[in-house]
Amino acid sequence: MTTLSEKLHVQADESTVSADPPAPVLSVRDVRISDQAGDREIVHGVSFALTPGRAVGIVGESGSGKTLACRAALGILPAHFEVTAGSIEIDGRDIAGLSSAEWTALRGATISAVFQDPASYLNPSIRVGAQVAEVIRVKKGVKRGEARRQAIDLLRAVHLRDPELVYGQYSFELSGGMLQRVLIAAAIAAGPRILIADEATTALDVTVQAEILDLLADLREETGLALVVVSHDLAVVAQLCDEVLVLRQGEVVEQGPTRQVLHDPQHEYTRLLIAEHEQYGLDRFLAPKEDA
Amino acid sequence: MSSEQTALSIDPVVPVPPVLQVENLEVHYGLRRRRRSALNGVSLNVAPGETVGIIGETGSGKSTLARAVLGLVRASAGSIVVGGEDIGAYGPRQWRALRRRGVIQYVFQDPLRSLDPDLTIEASLAEPLILQGVSREEAATRVRAFLSRVRLDEELLDRLPGELSGGQRQRVAVARALVTDPRLVILDEPVSALDSANRVQILQILKERRADGVALVFISHDLGSVAGIADRIAVLYRGELVEVGAARDVIGAPQHPYTRLLVGSAPTLHTAAADRAERAALRALLHA
Repeated sequence: MTTLSEKLHVQADESTVSADPPAPVLSVRDVRISDQAGDREIVHGVSFALTPGRAVGIVGESGSGKTLACRAALGILPAHFEVTAGSIEIDGRDIAGLSSAEWTALRGATISAVFQDPASYLNPSIRVGAQVAEVIRVKKGVKRGEARRQAIDLLRAVHLRDPELVYGQYSFELSGGMLQRVLIAAAIAAGPRILIADEATTALDVTVQAEILDLLADLREETGLALVVVSHDLAVVAQLCDEVLVLRQGEVVEQGPTRQVLHDPQHEYTRLLIAEHEQYGLDRFLAPKEDA
Repeated sequence: MSSEQTALSIDPVVPVPPVLQVENLEVHYGLRRRRRSALNGVSLNVAPGETVGIIGETGSGKSTLARAVLGLVRASAGSIVVGGEDIGAYGPRQWRALRRRGVIQYVFQDPLRSLDPDLTIEASLAEPLILQGVSREEAATRVRAFLSRVRLDEELLDRLPGELSGGQRQRVAVARALVTDPRLVILDEPVSALDSANRVQILQILKERRADGVALVFISHDLGSVAGIADRIAVLYRGELVEVGAARDVIGAPQHPYTRLLVGSAPTLHTAAADRAERAALRALLHA
């Protein structure tokens, strides 16, 4: 396959080319999530299917349930939140009733995630490279030296300029963009097939955000990584995703191919999101390229 | 103040004296060998009623600029003139007096930090008026009259900042800045922590209040928000203003490589993402 996927040691065995349409790596079917403490349903049915190399975007404001939906797929719902209906399948396997050992095997190796605040996912007193190497050592069962070598390769693969130097640095020595790259390196270390990026570029400067979005697009193209991109910013999702779900107060108000949603929004909330961009954003001054 | 409302015209070169005149401003941090320049020869005028957006990334010096104008950091060279008064030479006491008069106000990113957690919203909003010498009764009346302009409900007045949503809190911070009828408000990342709906609401409120003749300096790393509100945009890069112009020109036809990189990096809805090769070339140019 490609150079990057070789670098990442992605096993291409299961997903070999065949005439059949590719099976989804992640299918979410009418998932409902409730807060058991308040006995309230928070997410009222989310469905999508993600095949390798595809990207689905979830847009919505804070409290719309987009993060809960992701956490359900990762099996890390907060205490007293529960999936009350529907099903989630990862690589054809229903995740309901997975034991914690099974989850540990699945996370990192099949499904992985990066979140908004990279610094809070790294131990400040351990060198960042060692934390990436740790993932490789545990998930792949390789020796320390080999894990270190692979970690440096990964840091290079996420376009960190001086991977050996970064390997030995602490999280406080790195910028937000660099930290997010380190986190992405750790997230893809065990060659997952699905990566969830939950507001992963929200806290970054726009030029750095563009680099991270480019990196995600590269990974997707070169390794067949399937992406779930969660953002409050419709434009971020539009740039990266084939399909968009617009979530509002736990309800999917619109869902469809990105172009269709942007050009012919059906729900007033989607229209509002688009209007906000057109009135209070860059789009105000930039002419549409094709459909003038 | 009201006589200056005419300055709302599109032409920035109206013969009205600027509210804010920054000339050749330099700010340094650190001592001796560790001395680093944070702002380098920054010059910028803001006319009454005008909204100037300052865009820059982490470390570009935009917050330093805000803090220098507010007297929170000392300039090592250059001058800052607010409403005709050279405030660069002000001592702490003069600064306090100036802040009390409510001529300059400010809004920061995190309203929880700028609002006293133990004061009710009503007390927080009345405080700047009382400091100005307004009687308590009149302050209370003015606060109530002001609420609708910042889309706050009267029932919020008895609450504490911790009991409000993030959007409501930031509207309180904006209200607190505007209630004294200031001539200049410095807003440092006022909408960066808010979601889209709240962001738009704050931008709308600010746009409406410009009709009162208040000048706004809107600082943000988010080009979209700046584009949504600014008459003019100033681009700060590594402590220097590399481009200043009408918002339409800066975004529609950016000149400096850094501005081009910024505009080319911002995700938009209807235009295709800027060419990656072009961004890489611009980056190389900037790092050269």
